[in-house]
Amino acid sequence: MRVLVVEDDAETAQFLRKSLRESGHVAEIAGDGETGLDLARNDDFDVLVVDRMLPERNGLSLVETLRDGGDRTPVLFLSALGDVDDRVKGLRAGGDDYLTKPYAYSELLARVEALARRATPEEAETRYAVGDLELDRLSHKVTRAGEDIILQPREFRLLEYLMKNAGQVVTRTMLLEHVWDYHFDPQTNVIDVHISRLRAKIDKNFETPILHTVRGAGYMIRDGAH
Amino acid sequence: MTALTNLFRSWTFRWAILYLLISVTASGAVVSYLFWQTNDLLAVQLLQTLSSEEKGLREQYALGGIGLLRETVRERARAPGAGIYLLTDANGRKIAGNLNRVPPELLENRGGLFTFDRQGLDGAKVERLAVGRIIRVRRGALLVVARDIQEQRDFALTSQRILLWGVAVVALIGLGGGVLVSRYIFRRIDAVTETSRRIVDGNLSERIPVNGSGDEIDRLSTNLNDMLARIEDLMTGMREVSDNIAHDLKTPLNRLRNRVEGALRADGDKQSYRATLEATIDEADALIRTFNALLSVARLEAGARSVSSETLSIATVVDEVAELYAPVFEEAGRELRVRNHLVMPAMIDGDRQLIGQALTNLVENALKYGHSVHAPAVRGAGGGESEKFETELIEVGTLSPARAAIHDVTIELGESATCDGVTVVVGDRGPGVPPDERERVKKRFVRLEESRSRPGSGLGLSVVAAVMRLHGGELVLSDNRPGLRATMRFPRASEGADAVLDRSP
Repeated sequence: MRVLVVEDDAETAQFLRKSLRESGHVAEIAGDGETGLDLARNDDFDVLVVDRMLPERNGLSLVETLRDGGDRTPVLFLSALGDVDDRVKGLRAGGDDYLTKPYAYSELLARVEALARRATPEEAETRYAVGDLELDRLSHKVTRAGEDIILQPREFRLLEYLMKNAGQVVTRTMLLEHVWDYHFDPQTNVIDVHISRLRAKIDKNFETPILHTVRGAGYMIRDGAH
Repeated sequence: MTALTNLFRSWTFRWAILYLLISVTASGAVVSYLFWQTNDLLAVQLLQTLSSEEKGLREQYALGGIGLLRETVRERARAPGAGIYLLTDANGRKIAGNLNRVPPELLENRGGLFTFDRQGLDGAKVERLAVGRIIRVRRGALLVVARDIQEQRDFALTSQRILLWGVAVVALIGLGGGVLVSRYIFRRIDAVTETSRRIVDGNLSERIPVNGSGDEIDRLSTNLNDMLARIEDLMTGMREVSDNIAHDLKTPLNRLRNRVEGALRADGDKQSYRATLEATIDEADALIRTFNALLSVARLEAGARSVSSETLSIATVVDEVAELYAPVFEEAGRELRVRNHLVMPAMIDGDRQLIGQALTNLVENALKYGHSVHAPAVRGAGGGESEKFETELIEVGTLSPARAAIHDVTIELGESATCDGVTVVVGDRGPGVPPDERERVKKRFVRLEESRSRPGSGLGLSVVAAVMRLHGGELVLSDNRPGLRATMRFPRASEGADAVLDRSP
């Protein structure tokens, strides 16, 4: 995956390039808004990571210009401005996700990967399957190895989001944002408890676990067979 | 001198002068008009008298010739308070009358004003003014008929003088009044100017004097004072934030630094480095959370953040948060319950994220501190503080041991009794907050002694209070007998009352 990081702080940019490379991706760096816009237009990237406050041209304007030109490359905004209305501004300008500084690298990676995946067409999917776990988005039916699993509505949405991002790390914040639509960090481990309840339903009576905890990052649904 | 210059520069004084000029001119015009009209009337009457006299004398002459005329003139001239008469022959010699010679002024124009000398009471000669006509009788004989108008003229002159003096006095009084009024207003506005000057110079606690009269300047001053109070609040908030950053963020940063430094010095193995680094990341995360909370409180309090307002059902938000937290409570062997006392769905105007966060903070507080004082297993060793509190409650009789054993947390939805609003009450069974601490704990970084040992930034309630203020509501802490009762009081949605009715089953 090719990622363009538009970030004016050189150390942060280097850290992201190095980390993304270690995670198996290719990262290009632009130090200001104009350079970022040029690179984004003339090169092909899977995801753009754009700081909101940049020299030459700010991040909002960069993304707006890009979108006006018909470019649909997914954009993750990075910003020190973390209030809800800043987030709304960012998303309205054409951003696909918004991450408030300071952030954990694992959070950024998870979001970048989720964005890259979202860009590939999979809209029509009405069924998700991971190993022997199946989820029908229309009938809200969940089975594992043919056995019916009864889930609460919220548990269903939790599983649905995890399965949509199967094979990728999903952070607690991402879950809170997408399943509960809350954009703040709780002090307590609320998400963990919900996950453990879900795990009790889909993993407990089966040999291979399918819902994994990724230490220091979040959770991942993955077929245990490989 | 500057006081005088200032006086002339002040608009109140200028207006006073202008007003004075207009009123003096107007009253002067009215009085002058009356005066001239009266004078005119007198003159017309005089002329009529003269012409009727002339007519009468002509008749006498026609009846009895010059002889009868002479007799008549003599008679009339002798009468007390008589007019002025003179009959002369062709040579200008006096035949009869009380005037000694024909006034030369009259000879030229047959009639008009003339002066003549008369013996005053003291014997001196006095020049007097008269108006009269000359009638040519026959063969050069002349008859002068006139009236003394000296008194009338004196009266007119006196009136004029009085008028002028009057105008002068009125002008003087008006000027004095203008000076007084403008100095009064000047002083009061000057007080405002002075105060604002001092505020510009940095003394934000200055207030404009208000005299309690409730007049325009008072109202202006009151409003300015309110504005100043608000600004001062904001400035104080800013200062507090920077103090907070200095104190409550520097300390953990320093701790973090010390830990890393200690690890470097210790020359440990890979394992211990790793442990230190992980602890460092945890500490950094906690710092970041504190920092974010602090920033958001500051921004909420400054009102910098516009509430992205939507009309939402408060019950829905409560249910969502309860659903999010119920499992955590169950894991801890406790319970989170929602009791909805609303007769029909209540809508409020607000930001779902902020209200959700505020409610979350209260629920997390209840989770952290709100376990029953009778559940020693959860509380651990327990502080002397809470034991004392508990004993007191039992003594007062509000707490039966059976009731105290309930250690659940409730979120109650209800109508506000005091205002037309909705309340969301998070009640716990913990040690509560002593009455004299209830306002203080809403401030930034204020934590009760017994919560110090637990993780937390001391910003949770500040966030809730700020969110409530931003929504036009308030956060009230009270006694839950036992425990803490945190009440969020929201005003109802301004519109959408119909929608509520439509949606209610």
